[in-house]
Amino acid sequence: MELTGAEIAIRCLQEEGVEYVFGYPGGAVLFIYDALFNQEKVKHILVRHEQAAVHAADGYARSTDKVGVALVTSGPGVTNAVTGIATAYMDSIPMVVISGQVPTSYIGEDAFQEVDTVGITRPCVKHNFLVKDVNDIAITIKKAFYLAKSGRPGPVLVDIPKDISLAKATFEYPKTVSIRSYNPAQKAEMGALKHAVQLLLEAKRPMIYTGGGVILSEAAKPLTELVRLLGFPCTSTLMGLGGYPETDKQFLGMLGMHGTLEANMAMQNCDVLLAVGARFDDRVIGNVKHFGSVPRKIIHIDIDPASISKRVQVDVPLVGDVAHVLQDLLALLHSSRQKPDAAAMAPWWKQIEEWRGRNSSSFKNSIEVIKPQFVVQKLYEITRGEAFVTSDVGQHQMWAAQYYKFDQPRRWINSGGLGTMGFGLPAAMGVQLAHPGDTVACITGEGSIQMCIQELSTCKQFRLPIKVIALNNRYLGMVRQWQEFFHGNRYAESYMDALPDFVKLAEAYGHVGIRVDKPSEVEDALKEAFARKDDLVFMDFRTDPTENVFPMVPGGKGLSDVLMAEDI
Amino acid sequence: MRHIISLLMENEAGALSRVAGLFSARGYNIESLTVAPTEDETLSRMTIVTRGSDEIIEQITKQLNKLIEVVAVMDLTDGEHIERELMLVKVRAEGDAREEMKRMADIFRGRIIDVSDHTYTIELTGAGSKLDSFLQAIDRTLILETVRTGASGIGRGNRVLKL
Repeated sequence: MELTGAEIAIRCLQEEGVEYVFGYPGGAVLFIYDALFNQEKVKHILVRHEQAAVHAADGYARSTDKVGVALVTSGPGVTNAVTGIATAYMDSIPMVVISGQVPTSYIGEDAFQEVDTVGITRPCVKHNFLVKDVNDIAITIKKAFYLAKSGRPGPVLVDIPKDISLAKATFEYPKTVSIRSYNPAQKAEMGALKHAVQLLLEAKRPMIYTGGGVILSEAAKPLTELVRLLGFPCTSTLMGLGGYPETDKQFLGMLGMHGTLEANMAMQNCDVLLAVGARFDDRVIGNVKHFGSVPRKIIHIDIDPASISKRVQVDVPLVGDVAHVLQDLLALLHSSRQKPDAAAMAPWWKQIEEWRGRNSSSFKNSIEVIKPQFVVQKLYEITRGEAFVTSDVGQHQMWAAQYYKFDQPRRWINSGGLGTMGFGLPAAMGVQLAHPGDTVACITGEGSIQMCIQELSTCKQFRLPIKVIALNNRYLGMVRQWQEFFHGNRYAESYMDALPDFVKLAEAYGHVGIRVDKPSEVEDALKEAFARKDDLVFMDFRTDPTENVFPMVPGGKGLSDVLMAEDI
Repeated sequence: MRHIISLLMENEAGALSRVAGLFSARGYNIESLTVAPTEDETLSRMTIVTRGSDEIIEQITKQLNKLIEVVAVMDLTDGEHIERELMLVKVRAEGDAREEMKRMADIFRGRIIDVSDHTYTIELTGAGSKLDSFLQAIDRTLILETVRTGASGIGRGNRVLKL
């Protein structure tokens, strides 16, 4: 039987086991929406802005091990989606975006709602396709899912012109797909693995540095086993939090610009560094020259060969899937006669404990004004560390990363690479839909939340009981902090003079709003909010406007140039 | 250092713009780029001449390999190779200069492929440096128009870039 292109597209999503599509209708996708309407397997979540559709699909993907799916119309539908796509691309999130396009005969004529979607999205997708023949829809969508999920994951876009979605073809979903020019490595070379094991066993000052690749590869278990077997200290990037239990004593906290002193110093001064699914990003190692000024051997596990020796020269590259490579390292370590030498590492651990003893991420609490760190600490206690936490971008994001201790992967959902304000609330929608019974908190600021605040309406429509924790300091806090430190206290445009009444705003959208002004009210307010299992509660915490994020490695500085709270 | 990178890619619409976009997005320079289908009509062969440190060239080849439509990449400058470029030059050829221009074309093993009362069009192939030398050797004021293809390259002997 022949089906329309639109019907074929939806059948493909069914075949891929897609639960939810996040989207927004429009002229070029009307046939696809019609095909969605006529079935029940794939549920559609109607957002209020296409950026949110993509962030929600992204949050869904990050909190599960599945591909997120978004559906947008041509022209402005696509351009609105671009921020979301770029966000997913920078953090290697598996995603398929289906976009409508003007009919093929109109392409290039500057038709109504036409943009060169393939051209506009090219630099921020893993791959994209323009489907020009209805017979190619099924194979193209099959390829899109395969590309999105395999190798280094990423967003893949499929652009379908309106006439192609109306044309008919017989439907058969391919069982398998292979692309001759695309063969991502799974397992690392044995020689390199053996070399890595030898370096690890001989290390006197070892360090393990983990990133988002651990989460994406579902490698938390083998990573934890490896870290414990070796007895090494371990740190994580912002993207990797939860890959190794943060409450474990071998964990030194997050590293990087706002990482702990002990993590950054151990990273800088180690003699053997094992990098696991992390890419030596500028926010992580700061100044490359300064980092390279101390000799150390670097072993780097990454599925993307282009990540190896991109910013930092690597001695032993292990190109493959993180989980596979860790399993192979474990097997070699188990069969090795040599065992990790705890005595040889004892002085190193002593040094690390000294750094740790300086308590670099402590803060001075207050009974007068709410400290943002205190709110996150209380949130952690009240949710017993088990919530899914999404965040936006800025100071609140760093405090969330520092003070919420993630012991499990896929619980910490934030935009690391692109740093997209507006990500938190729509991402939380995707997370809540993927985990309907679980607690989802969105830690945000009064700046970020306003970038996608319209999604409060989506949350109402689909009854998503997200808890929004707004750390409202009336400033674009991270901008203000940099202006205080590096721009002579000239707070150019970092103060918002006319903020909405967030409590009333939440109520206007049909939710519950709570304002909290005093430190003594924080705990009760959180308890009250989380007791409301079925409601979205928007908590407006009036926090200290002058609070800064510490420790801090200023931009362009080395990892040992740590600015602590007491230095200011 | 100057490098000549050869690659095989799927002969599909948009593939060229992925390569060009990669170079501009990551700030790599392109000295020249040539592309045409191969004997296998599903594949195109591209030759890119670029400059950069060893680290940058390594990144360029890795990033090219990462493009989904790129099937194979080879840095020809890693080994023995041959490089050729085609140039067409239209020159004013009148009076005494007409005979002189013919002689210069012969010396550089060029061929005159179009003749008019006032002009010659000369075809030259060779390494880029040879084409440069020809342009320097003739009277520059006589040059009406030049067009160059950019380098094409191929490995010597058993060095083969094939699927």
